Amino acid sequence: MLLKGKVWKFGSDVDTDAIIPARYLNTSDPAELARHCMEDADPAFPSQVKPGDIIAAGKNFGCGSSREHAPVAIKAAGVSCVIAGTFARIFYRNAFNIGLPIFESFEAAEDIKEGDEVTVDAGSGTITNLTTGKTYQAAPVPPFMQQIITAGGLINRIRKGDTPSLY
Amino acid sequence: MPMTITEKILAAHAGKEKVTPGELISARVDLVLGNDITAPVAIQEFEKIGVDTVFDQERIALVPDHFVPNKDIKSAGQAKLVKDFAHKHNLSNYFEVGRMGIEHCLLPEQGLVGPGDLVIGADSHTCTYGALGAFSTGVGSTDLAAAMALGETWLKVPESTRFEFEGELKPWVGGKDLILHTIGDIGVDGALYRAMEFTGPIIENLSMDGRFTMCNMAIEAGGKNGIIAPDEITRAYVEGRCRRPYKFYRSDPDAKYARVYHYDASRIEPQVAFPHLPENSRPVSEAGHVEIDQAIIGSCTNGRIGDLREAAKALQGKKVHKNVRLIILPGTQDIYLQALKEGLIETFIEAGAAVSTPTCGPCLGGHMGILAAGERAVSTTNRNFVGRMGHPESEVYLANPAVAAASAVMGRIAGPWEVK
Ligand code: SF4
Repeated sequence: MLLKGKVWKFGSDVDTDAIIPARYLNTSDPAELARHCMEDADPAFPSQVKPGDIIAAGKNFGCGSSREHAPVAIKAAGVSCVIAGTFARIFYRNAFNIGLPIFESFEAAEDIKEGDEVTVDAGSGTITNLTTGKTYQAAPVPPFMQQIITAGGLINRIRKGDTPSLY
Repeated sequence: MPMTITEKILAAHAGKEKVTPGELISARVDLVLGNDITAPVAIQEFEKIGVDTVFDQERIALVPDHFVPNKDIKSAGQAKLVKDFAHKHNLSNYFEVGRMGIEHCLLPEQGLVGPGDLVIGADSHTCTYGALGAFSTGVGSTDLAAAMALGETWLKVPESTRFEFEGELKPWVGGKDLILHTIGDIGVDGALYRAMEFTGPIIENLSMDGRFTMCNMAIEAGGKNGIIAPDEITRAYVEGRCRRPYKFYRSDPDAKYARVYHYDASRIEPQVAFPHLPENSRPVSEAGHVEIDQAIIGSCTNGRIGDLREAAKALQGKKVHKNVRLIILPGTQDIYLQALKEGLIETFIEAGAAVSTPTCGPCLGGHMGILAAGERAVSTTNRNFVGRMGHPESEVYLANPAVAAASAVMGRIAGPWEVK
């Protein structure tokens, strides 16, 4: 699958309160969460983000709370994937579990600028910056995580009932 | 093969002789936890799995604590969803307002977690229970849904990092200062994906409350879990309290660590973490003149009885500054009652503080003490991200309970030694 979009660039340590402030957590409706996605970090984001757009950020993206509402809000906002140097571990887990593609590459995260046109080959993890012509290789996804994605998320994988054990 | 305490607990729950860092395992869980924000999503996902019953009615704890007592109609709807699910499945560990507390204060207190347990919770501060010598970590709602159905979860075995504390504690220095200093040293991703094992003579003499505070903030350094080897202090806490048999594990002397840090506690002063990251910590004495509008004492980090005693010590016979709101939230009903019996609540109210029923409330900008644009708070909570306690242009400074109390009296960030 080829993901393609314009980049919204953020810094390091983007926390879950920046992704979706706790004051909106009295609902779990994805559309409503999307309306406030990233608003404290960039007030223009929720109204101007286009389907397919990509978020690029520095290290430790998604640090803070365990709220699954964070990757849900990003996904519901239409963002096709997140590229970061590293991800906080609960966010990493949640993104796979709910089916938001994420890619780890320090180089790409550093080079790519706000507004660049970028494509990501989700299967191979190859990131191409169409604006500069540079390509990057994201860290490989463990096979187990790939199985979760192929199944369409963790719940689907369990529902199929063909796995006596999770791993 | 030598193993760390974290590896031993994971191996035991995966039914294996040994595990090694990086290995993916499926592990049996002793307890799973959800709250009024994360459980509603988990319940929706649980319904999709297509099983009729939960894996064990005794081993699922549901604690509405973030927006309760319900702050608005939407929150009430979320809390009701959790309550209805608990009743439908006959869960024995659902905690209603009046009998509840902040989840990470409540579960250990109620004896629902013990040494050697493996616990996952849909709340990032689930890592708190490492203080008991358990493996516990935060997950998302989908993971909670899967665990409620299967009684197991998938985990990647983390590398371990050891933090050794030696020397002697200075006056007014506690677990909060040790952990803020550590995060200041290694950064908010300094322990990313790793187990943080706290050891050394200082930790061996630290109270259970201080240990809970330290393990609570492991996630603030990106850690997967925080953990402290159980000892006599742990035993005194869990004996007669823990509802299930427990087991003490310790790291083998030659276990492998990704890194070992040494700290001389004699050099650590009470800390304050400046906005907007917990890693921006520095000694209170170097805080400069920072006027505050609000002080919060409570949360899963510092809402325990030991914390309230520290705050009362700094507040005894003093008055809260005229420009400051001091809000104190005991972590559980039991802690509240104990504080009442000890006269701490009287000290607080006489000083001019507001005392609340247990709730997360202002810690996550929920209710009970939201900041306006331009306002500043000193808080005993664990996060000072942008907008964490209210308006995106407000500021939160993290500190220990005595510092928060002293700051409330002085009207600016201050150490308890400054209160005359
Ligand atoms: S007190 Fe704060 S950090 Fe702790 S569980 Fe509640 S909201 Fe989370």
